[in-house]
Amino acid sequence: MQTANLLPLVLILAAVAFWLSFQRSRAVAAPLGGVRHLKALPTHYAARAALWSAIPGLVLLGLWAGFEGKVIHSIVMASLPEGMAPDSAGQASLLFTQISNVARGSLNPDLAPEAVVQAAALLENLREQSRVFKTVLVILVTVLGAAFAWFRVAPHVNARNSVETTLRRIFFVCAAVAVLTTMGIVFSVIFETIRFFGRVPITEFLFGTSWSPQTALRPDQVGADGAFGVIPLFTGTLLISVIALLVAVPTGLLSAIYLSEYAGKRARSVIKPLLELLAGIPTVVYGFFAALTVAPFIRDLAESIGLTASSQSALAAGLVMGIMIIPFVSSLSDDVINAVPQSLRDGSLALGATQSETMKKVIFPAALPGIMGGILLAASRAIGETMIVVMAAGLAANLTANPLESVTTVTVQIATLLVGDQEFNSAKTLSAFALGMLLFIVTLILNVIALKVVRKYREQYE
Amino acid sequence: MNNPTSQAELVRRSLKRRYRKERRFRLYGMIAVAIALLSLLILFADIIQKGHTGFLKTTITLDVELDGELMYLTDPTDRDEMAMADFTAPILAALKAQFPDVEGRAAERELSRLVGTYAASDLRDLLRAEPGLLGTTQTLEFLAHDTVSVYVKHADNPRYTVRLSDQQKQWVDELQARGVIDTSFNDVLFQNGDSREPANAGILGAIVGSMLTMLVTLVLSFPVGVAAAIYLEEFAPRNRLTDFIEVNINNLAAVPSIIFGLLGLAVFIGAFGMPRSVPVVGGLVLALMTVPTIIISSRAAIKSVPPSIREAAEGIGASRMQVVLHHVLPLAMPGMLTGSIIVMAQALGETAPLLLIGMVAFIVDIPDGLFDAATVLPVQIYLWASSAEQGFIELASAGIMVLLTFMISMNALAIWLRKRLERRW
Repeated sequence: MQTANLLPLVLILAAVAFWLSFQRSRAVAAPLGGVRHLKALPTHYAARAALWSAIPGLVLLGLWAGFEGKVIHSIVMASLPEGMAPDSAGQASLLFTQISNVARGSLNPDLAPEAVVQAAALLENLREQSRVFKTVLVILVTVLGAAFAWFRVAPHVNARNSVETTLRRIFFVCAAVAVLTTMGIVFSVIFETIRFFGRVPITEFLFGTSWSPQTALRPDQVGADGAFGVIPLFTGTLLISVIALLVAVPTGLLSAIYLSEYAGKRARSVIKPLLELLAGIPTVVYGFFAALTVAPFIRDLAESIGLTASSQSALAAGLVMGIMIIPFVSSLSDDVINAVPQSLRDGSLALGATQSETMKKVIFPAALPGIMGGILLAASRAIGETMIVVMAAGLAANLTANPLESVTTVTVQIATLLVGDQEFNSAKTLSAFALGMLLFIVTLILNVIALKVVRKYREQYE
Repeated sequence: MNNPTSQAELVRRSLKRRYRKERRFRLYGMIAVAIALLSLLILFADIIQKGHTGFLKTTITLDVELDGELMYLTDPTDRDEMAMADFTAPILAALKAQFPDVEGRAAERELSRLVGTYAASDLRDLLRAEPGLLGTTQTLEFLAHDTVSVYVKHADNPRYTVRLSDQQKQWVDELQARGVIDTSFNDVLFQNGDSREPANAGILGAIVGSMLTMLVTLVLSFPVGVAAAIYLEEFAPRNRLTDFIEVNINNLAAVPSIIFGLLGLAVFIGAFGMPRSVPVVGGLVLALMTVPTIIISSRAAIKSVPPSIREAAEGIGASRMQVVLHHVLPLAMPGMLTGSIIVMAQALGETAPLLLIGMVAFIVDIPDGLFDAATVLPVQIYLWASSAEQGFIELASAGIMVLLTFMISMNALAIWLRKRLERRW
């Protein structure tokens, strides 16, 4: 049976276990004079049975689904005769695709080498075996768990404690998923990054001023190594992010001030959802807007005043990214401004200051740390934003500060290096992971500082 | 000492200046809000202006004589014959019936290019489905060729180049006047998967792919997020481990989405050997990405349940778990649901991580399972937007309109639910 069918089956079995144990606990309680003579409620016995049957079944199913493919793959590849053994990861994957195509019947066996046909038969055989074993074992484990719990329905057993402890542990595991995700991110980039630094020295990566990650088709090709200097990528990212922040910070901050201090209730109730709508628009839509509307517009505008602008100018990407971040800045500033105690406001107004003076001289200085934290978060957003720059910024790594020229960013390079078919093990592919690591570290630092600043600021007025 | 009148004058003047400043500051605020709203307006207007034509298709309706001799076909149920038969001939004949004076091979070829590339195979499918039609004359509707479609829809739009000869333009004009060529609602868009021909491309495949991906995301991230929120709010002891988990959650919520794509590529595809381009992997990646946000919003919902409820339940002897499961969770559930709908709407628009796990493949078929190669709506928009073929631009904008409709209705649903279920304590 397929995993997709086994999953509901396990859940149904657990439900059956629940019902049976519920019935049994009532039956056990009946001669004693009712359920109040049991140590726990019937639902507790029933829940325990459901947990004991579902958890082992689901864990086994998950492990099997996770490792089945890998194990079968390595057994099949190991079965190949000496001469067929592939010498690179790329060849191995090609060969395995051929084998599974034969096994699936989409490739005529007469056209494939003998060893491949045999491997295909083995593959099919192993898959069949795995299917059978998986189905039998998962059902067995589930039923055994249910049976065990069913037999342990007894008046003196406190099922409630065990159910509650199990549930609490499950909740804990769910909370720990966040930690596991972080670890997963770190581990998924760190190994490839280390391998990358084995080929390209870390100093060349961090301080090199030229980026052209092409790799050679032939080993003796000219310029075969490519250049992996991250500086032009970082200046490109910085240029676009600075443009975005120049748009977003004043606009976002001033609209937050206007909305919280000046706008009437009616106006606020209309404008705020509209700003939130701006935040909810998918980035691919902004990318489309930047690439097909704003960029040509800027190019034409620049031409009409005698400047030359690239059709993938940093300005277009930055402007649109700025629009995207406006609601982010404004909602964060709004929170921060509202957190300033009313007494400060009242004091200033009572001394005869106008609203704008109160804002500029009292509230703004008081809210400054929080606002700075918000800006840092917005900067981290801008640096990590991908779709707008993939669609509207260029691919060529120019080291320039001219916003009308085309630049490329870290995220653009990660996306272009990893989309589509990759050469395994080439410095080009590995460099994307090194860039990912760099991006992760930079945004992590920004986030940690920002969150710390914001929290400290909140505590100050609580 | 200054005399009193001049002092009053001074104050009045400074007041004037200060009020002017006040008005200016207020104006800045209004300008900022106006900029934000104007951007929104321009964005929407631009997309509607570019995309409304994507909802129209250009069709050619012809009386086609399904003449067996012309097609070299005697028996439509015979597979070999069907494979060899010439299905373009009857269509060309029908077009020539519109213009009897067309002579010569070159002119005929130009004429036959008015109908779309898939017209002949549509005819084949028709005959395969209904062999009895052989020998009859049928009024059939074909999709016009892409160049014809561009001419009909965008003849006076400078952004489009019309790739028709003057002769072809004249034909098209005439056929339009006769009502043979017409535009109607583009139902193809909602019935097909992707295609190399803009006229035949649709978003149904991408919509189904998005639904499947979202299903996986929701099934995984909602229970995990809620359980984690319950643990952190109700059970977690105040210790280093809890703090560490909280720091992780807050950071993950701000990690760039493309990093999650790297995670998916390295862990799910690399380490576990899962296939590329499938909704399961996309859903898993998006689930990991959305869990932190769901935890944060669910915690807010749990926090808003007043302590008096907990105390009352504990007072009559409920255990901590019973308090949470029987009282706090049901009361917090509306808040959790609305929060999760908003998070799901964001995940629906997410593109970057899905690019890395290979959901950018060119997929024609409508996916029919969680392990079937698929693409999702935003990725389809990205693919069309970066296509060189001009007909795809309007499709990309039309796709954006569909995507935005989904997102706005999800958000509206969340707001409506919040209004209906909200409880003030």
